[in-house]
Amino acid sequence: MKPEDHSERTLELAGWPVRVISYKLGDTYHATADNVSPGANIARARGATKEEAEQSVLAKAAERLATTRVVPIDD
Amino acid sequence: MADYAHPEMLVSTDWVVEHAGDESIRVVEVDVDTSAYDEGHIANAVGWAWNTQLCDTVQRDIIPKEDFEKLMASSGIGNDTTVILYGDNNNWFAAWALWQLKIYGHRDVRLMNGGRKKWIAEGRDLTTDAAPPGSASYTASDADTSIRSFLPEVYGAVGAGSAELVDVRSPDEFSGKILSPPGLPETCQRGGHIPGAKNIPWAKACNEDGTFKSADELKALYEGAGITGTKPVVAYCRIGERSSHSWFVLKYLLGLGGVTNYDGSWTEWGNLVGVPVVRGA
Repeated sequence: MKPEDHSERTLELAGWPVRVISYKLGDTYHATADNVSPGANIARARGATKEEAEQSVLAKAAERLATTRVVPIDD
Repeated sequence: MADYAHPEMLVSTDWVVEHAGDESIRVVEVDVDTSAYDEGHIANAVGWAWNTQLCDTVQRDIIPKEDFEKLMASSGIGNDTTVILYGDNNNWFAAWALWQLKIYGHRDVRLMNGGRKKWIAEGRDLTTDAAPPGSASYTASDADTSIRSFLPEVYGAVGAGSAELVDVRSPDEFSGKILSPPGLPETCQRGGHIPGAKNIPWAKACNEDGTFKSADELKALYEGAGITGTKPVVAYCRIGERSSHSWFVLKYLLGLGGVTNYDGSWTEWGNLVGVPVVRGA
């Protein structure tokens, strides 16, 4: 099977840039979210439609990003 | 345009397709999240889980030689097999695997340029079929620690100014603004970086599609930040996987000598009592 309907976009989520990649494999849509800098995958989800997979992955990513603590730096 | 110092260490996605039936080659997907492999992988590719199959699950270390030999043999990899590695997270863990294969002396191991991300973006075939069972004989060399740095060496080099340190984490991790990449668990007590380290995030070595930048661009990137290889070069990150990626660039694409991966990285240094830490950019 070949990945179809591949798309990639970057948005801001919980104050952090996030890249969402989604594609269809067989009958299922798959989506991943990474944190752009440094680029680690932080969530993966699947769904019957592209929208469903992306909404699910963004919800998971938002939950994980909300745990990130920022420490003030005196430059 | 200059070529890479060791262009034979990279293969393209086209090359993998063209060599699909070659029995002297074994393709391995290396993931930190093996659900990626389960979702679909290159036909006949074996799947390795970085955290359980390439790392010792009791003490923090690479797997022992005996376990490595078993992994290779059970994956159908003999001493003369050409191993092609690719994986998730922009080949970070595939690069770790390559570093580990070199530690144990595997002769012919290469990275698929662009990794899983590029393969999928190109719409290439994936399968959920299990790879054919492997049965090979494998004898590993004793560990070559010349490509690995341990804490005492790094600590000594910092004090003596005898190494060029490359911190390949994001600028926010380098400055200490965050203690781990956004969305990942904090695994250190202090944020910041090792004194004297230059911040050259791993991604600066890559194009948008995940492939490596040209030799000229890489040379300009590292030399522009003061990494020239006139002293031994030590790459580090948080847990040693991103720095494996940069180690690969420095050693095989730019051809610098004396490049090591400090896999203890920030999760070691940032948890130590009494070592110097620099905060801020």
